Amino acid sequence: MADLADSASALIVTADGRPLKEALRAAQARAKWRAFLLVLPLLLFILISFIYPIIKVLERSAHNDKFSANMPGMVQWFSENPKGTPPDEAAFAVLVADLRAAAEAKTAGSVGERINYELPGTRSMFTAAARKADKIEPPFKEAMLALDPNWGDQEVWRVMRQGASAWTLDFYLSALDLQRDHEGSIVQVDENQRVYVQLFVRTFLLSAFITVVCMILAFPIAHLLSVLPMRYASLLMILVLLPFWTSLLVRTTSWMVLLQGQGVVNNALVWLGLVSDDGRLAMINNMTGTVVAMTHILLPFMILPLYSVMKPIPPSYVRAARSLGATSWTAFRRIYFPQTKPGIAAGSLLVFILSVGYYITPALVGGASGQLISNLIAVNINKTNNFSLAAALATILLVSILILYWIYDRLIGIDKLKLG
Amino acid sequence: MGTPEGVDRAFAKLDTIKKDVVWWEAGAQPPQLLADGEVTMSTAYNGRLFAAEVSEAKPFKTVWDGQVYEYDLFVIPKGAPNLEAAMEFVKFATSTQALADQAKWIAYGPSRKSSAALVGLFNDGKTEMAPYMPTNPANMTNALASSYDFWVDHDGELNERFNAWLAN
Repeated sequence: MADLADSASALIVTADGRPLKEALRAAQARAKWRAFLLVLPLLLFILISFIYPIIKVLERSAHNDKFSANMPGMVQWFSENPKGTPPDEAAFAVLVADLRAAAEAKTAGSVGERINYELPGTRSMFTAAARKADKIEPPFKEAMLALDPNWGDQEVWRVMRQGASAWTLDFYLSALDLQRDHEGSIVQVDENQRVYVQLFVRTFLLSAFITVVCMILAFPIAHLLSVLPMRYASLLMILVLLPFWTSLLVRTTSWMVLLQGQGVVNNALVWLGLVSDDGRLAMINNMTGTVVAMTHILLPFMILPLYSVMKPIPPSYVRAARSLGATSWTAFRRIYFPQTKPGIAAGSLLVFILSVGYYITPALVGGASGQLISNLIAVNINKTNNFSLAAALATILLVSILILYWIYDRLIGIDKLKLG
Repeated sequence: MGTPEGVDRAFAKLDTIKKDVVWWEAGAQPPQLLADGEVTMSTAYNGRLFAAEVSEAKPFKTVWDGQVYEYDLFVIPKGAPNLEAAMEFVKFATSTQALADQAKWIAYGPSRKSSAALVGLFNDGKTEMAPYMPTNPANMTNALASSYDFWVDHDGELNERFNAWLAN
């Protein structure tokens, strides 16, 4: 038998005499390469425009060399002297030398900025000292203290030691409303400075709420779309798609026109006598504005997956259930609803993840109470120029979404998802 | 605002008006909020208000008491290829007459005192610009210069506290 098998496999050769197995493998490898070359442009595009920036953001959140790269002498002094060493004349001499170099390279502002993140009020100490650095004579310690007594402050030296290492997790502490105290142990920041944890919680709760509202609103619309005769269904579909294709900014500003104090909705209510002229409803520049506008903007992301799942459900299933004696509620609950679950899952995931990262709508209609974490990330980029803190906040947001995605996958299963 | 107590006082003052304030982000918003009747008064960039008041004939009135002003700067980058021409331009742009002439196009105050007397008409040919100038001596009696030094030191801290205050 063995002989027969051997001779059989040896016999199968291609026309040019190569064993079939080998020829087949070579052909498959070629095909694979060709396929890979086809996706190569897309792969490169994703690497350059998506993966690389994310890696840079991750790096920025834990790496800030504004101090360490510009103050090499100080970095060396800190590495040679253990924590808690009181700064002596030699330390001040190194400080002055570094400040001179920083003044020359015009980097004193960056250096001060790094220290100012942890210890507000210190940036101008560095820029002022750097401006005068070339005129400072020994003894340096005395001269620096005369310039600004804060140079003798232990806190300044402790924070400079922290800044001396470019890799740091301090920005993650800030992003979670934590800081290091005088001894270097981690404590919560003052109550009137706590903002980020609260905003993360608000962002996730509000996104969950918007997702649920979208689901409740989208379900009947999608059902109607799927059961109406084609003629009416396509008309209704246009009504869903038109806003979907309209610019986000246009839709947000339209809501401003509708919802503001002197806006269409309030004017109509006053005209109808439902609210008094001084009792106009505050529907914008607060959380209500954010929820209303975001729900409207994200609704199509729920309707479309739901529709694509509902369309192929044969109406005969529900009819069969009814004819077997189920009430309309039981037929819906036991027969129709379970079949729409993949659509609900897909729509919810889409709406939730989109709303967690929403920026422009809460910025325009959210006022104070409707701001989300992305608005705070923007503040750190646009206003306070603290890119590392913004990157740390963005990383926390990304990681929490990945965790939620993982939980979702465990509970519902990503293969159950149906996007269209 | 330079001391922790001062900051506390400022926030205590804000507490008293918190529920009545609409906060704006972009310079185009205050004239719009006023025009829509969303707010009855607002802080704003005076150039924007002038445009609304004069060019669009909106019924706005500027109160100059307690105005906050800051300076704009010219910067020539190191190694600029046309250094001479750039210097010449800065010299021209900051001259007494040029600063006063700028008022013909926009309601930004000339930074030279000597320019104030030379400010003339707006480019519509009839609006006297002097009363709309933040640097008009009558408007400058109680003006506050924004301190760059203060803000570079405390910007991050105060923004964080302000956002925390807003969120609560």
